[in-house]
Amino acid sequence: MSTLLNSMLEWIDKRFPLSSNWKAHLSEYYAPKNFNFWYFFGSLALLVFVNQLLTGIFLTMNYKPDASQAFASVEYIMRDVEYGWLIRYMHSTGASMFFVVVYLHMFRGMMYGSYRKPRELLWLVGMAIFFVLMSLAFTGYILPWGQMSYWGAQVIVSMFGAIPSIGDTLQQWLLGDFTLSDAALNRFFAYHVVTLPLVLIVLVFVHILALHETGSNNPDGIEIKANKNPVTGIPVDGIPFHPYYTVKDIVGVVVFLFVFCGIIFFAPEMGGYFLEYNNFIPANTLQTPDHIAPVWYFTPYYSMLRAVTVNFLGIDAKLWGVILMAGSVVIFCFLPWLDRSPVKSIRYKGPYFKIALTLFVISFFVLGWLGTKSPTPLYTLLAQIFTIIYFAFFILMPWYSKIDKTKPEPKRLQE
Amino acid sequence: MKKITIALLILCMTPLSVIAGESGMPLDRAPVDITDNASLKRGAESFVNYCLTCHGASYMRYNRHRDIGYTNEEILEKLVYTGQKVGDLMESAMRKKEGEEWFGVVPPDLSVIARARGADWLYTYLRAFYRDDATATGWNNLVFDRVAMPHVLYEMQGEQKLVVKGDDKSLALEKPGKMSAADYDKFVGDLVNYLVYLGEPHAKARIDLGIKVMLFLLGMFVLSYFLKKEYWRDIH
Amino acid sequence: MADSFTINEKMSGRRKFLVAATSVASGVAGAAIATPFLLSMMPSERAKAAGAPIEVDISKLEPGMLLMVEWRGRVVWILNRTPEMLATLEKVEPELADPNSDKKQQPDYAKNRTRSIKPEILVAEGICTHLGCSPVFRKDIAPADLGPDWLGGFFCPCHGSKFDLAGRVYKSVPAPTNMVVPPHVYLSDTQLLIGSESEGSA
Repeated sequence: MSTLLNSMLEWIDKRFPLSSNWKAHLSEYYAPKNFNFWYFFGSLALLVFVNQLLTGIFLTMNYKPDASQAFASVEYIMRDVEYGWLIRYMHSTGASMFFVVVYLHMFRGMMYGSYRKPRELLWLVGMAIFFVLMSLAFTGYILPWGQMSYWGAQVIVSMFGAIPSIGDTLQQWLLGDFTLSDAALNRFFAYHVVTLPLVLIVLVFVHILALHETGSNNPDGIEIKANKNPVTGIPVDGIPFHPYYTVKDIVGVVVFLFVFCGIIFFAPEMGGYFLEYNNFIPANTLQTPDHIAPVWYFTPYYSMLRAVTVNFLGIDAKLWGVILMAGSVVIFCFLPWLDRSPVKSIRYKGPYFKIALTLFVISFFVLGWLGTKSPTPLYTLLAQIFTIIYFAFFILMPWYSKIDKTKPEPKRLQE
Repeated sequence: MKKITIALLILCMTPLSVIAGESGMPLDRAPVDITDNASLKRGAESFVNYCLTCHGASYMRYNRHRDIGYTNEEILEKLVYTGQKVGDLMESAMRKKEGEEWFGVVPPDLSVIARARGADWLYTYLRAFYRDDATATGWNNLVFDRVAMPHVLYEMQGEQKLVVKGDDKSLALEKPGKMSAADYDKFVGDLVNYLVYLGEPHAKARIDLGIKVMLFLLGMFVLSYFLKKEYWRDIH
Repeated sequence: MADSFTINEKMSGRRKFLVAATSVASGVAGAAIATPFLLSMMPSERAKAAGAPIEVDISKLEPGMLLMVEWRGRVVWILNRTPEMLATLEKVEPELADPNSDKKQQPDYAKNRTRSIKPEILVAEGICTHLGCSPVFRKDIAPADLGPDWLGGFFCPCHGSKFDLAGRVYKSVPAPTNMVVPPHVYLSDTQLLIGSESEGSA
């Protein structure tokens, strides 16, 4: 049996680099041996992505991208298609969980300085993945054509109208109509099921290639490649990804599935956060719901969009809102160059960075919470304050990261 | 580091509140139990008698009511009035245009109304109609001001009137109906229970399957945990 | 490479067992996940409802006439055969591939020379058993294109298969079997239910 397998493998290897790739990316890819809890989220993101692709394909078999049929076709999937409800909940829960794991994955990078040299490009590719993911979430949310789909999309698309001089034309070009209608639904469906997934697959591939070129960062933020065994050339603190991290990731996957399946089977609406109540009402182009809020993963940015209420520097408040909202996401791309600290990991960074990061996380959550609420004067004021804190984390980073009191990095990984 | 982790987890679990009715009136808790087939059947029969005349439930098929313990023959006998087949969708007897003429708005489809409004809202709403001569139908509602729908169930509940004391609004029974207040609450409770079932007919199957999946994952966790430990002995 | 993911001999017994057990459990999980996806591709409740039995009133079907109705998206023929037509059924039998309807292409109550419940009324799916075209009803006798021996029947224009007036296939044509007789039952003398054999499932 095993000789047959071996000769088959030999046959393939002469024609395709199977063994060498297996080695390069798994069995002889040396990862730091001190990965902790935060290092599960990369492979989990991949798992959720596969889940989205698979369930998405099966949803496409029964969904109708037509304004007059879309809502009914979703209910058709939920009721008439055998196990359609399961596939749909896997997809809707997967969308939210994708953001959960990606946010945790990004937060890991921020804690341990995974964006620093030599991983700037890895970080940028990751940011590109994040942008595509947001576009996927947005285009996907339109498809059920419920009230929140419709009015949420209306708000987002109207932002393009804020761009001076070309705004209106751009908006019409995006919608293929003078308002959000069947034409937009149909094309957003095309983006959601073809264009964006294809781009995402390529980007994920590039992300992993870039990671395996530089090697993984770790909670200590030091380079394991700096300390190699002189005979074998293998990093002393590195262990083969397979089998050690594959078996570890399996545990992570099972724990994740516990949460994931718990939501799918026992709370698929997740209290109105994963599936919003108003989206169970078919889109009505004549009546905005009393209270509209984007899905939770967009609410921090949505808060910032609403936070600007005055015109200044000759730019009106609407455009400022759009600029801030876009800026709040794009600004992550500059992290590799904003951080001037001599050390990478939070373990060796000083109090300023720890305080700044804590404030940033708090402001992210507060803004997220505010985004689910109807605006009141108090909430708007809070949103303004936390928007400033959010941006201050980035803008002041070159300063506070430089003067911060850091601890010396160790030479070897700490247990 | 640990602290941040814990703080994050706590933030993730903050109770998620449901938005109350637009009037801000406190809602009564609906007696929902989708495993109670007797209640669901009573609710289903009230639904086809009182609701389906104007509203549709057009994503639901009659024959799905086998879920709650009916046979095809019973479905035809007790639920289907309009000469439809047992596999047909529960369309409203009234046409959309007529609804718009009679009520000013098309009565909404009720297939997923419980998912949009919440059971408690529906339960409160159906018990909160009162006489109001200022509206077109002569009825108003405490949780849905100037609702276009008249009080279809008034024969059962009787007629209520609005009592205003300062900022406090409450309802008082003016003319008793065929049912006592407790019986009417039970009647509406069954109806709302059915609407919850109607919103997600597979909910029971979902939970049943979920328990099996969780048990499997538990076993999988034990296995994978020991597998990981076994391999990682090489490292430590 | 093979070493790192197959169970190799250097492994301890415990490790071998755990790898095997986890692999088996993952396999079970994989199969369990695949099941709902594959089942979702079966006919949905809507398709089943659309495929429900249909009632047909045949009181106006004159002798010699063919009525076409749709059941499960397929054409079903209801042919009221004249005594002359019925007389041809015995004559053509030497030319037929399966004159006694031995192959299970019909319910047991239609396994007879007329392949029907009432002798004159034929109920059959109008689909050629070769590759699914719908044959043409040719009641003309001995036409130029079908030859002098043709006593009436069904002719498939796609690949030339021939069937008699009971939907039985001729020898030496591409179609392998007789045409399908769907389950059906008479609710009354003139009321026919197609797609079911019991009256309660309408």
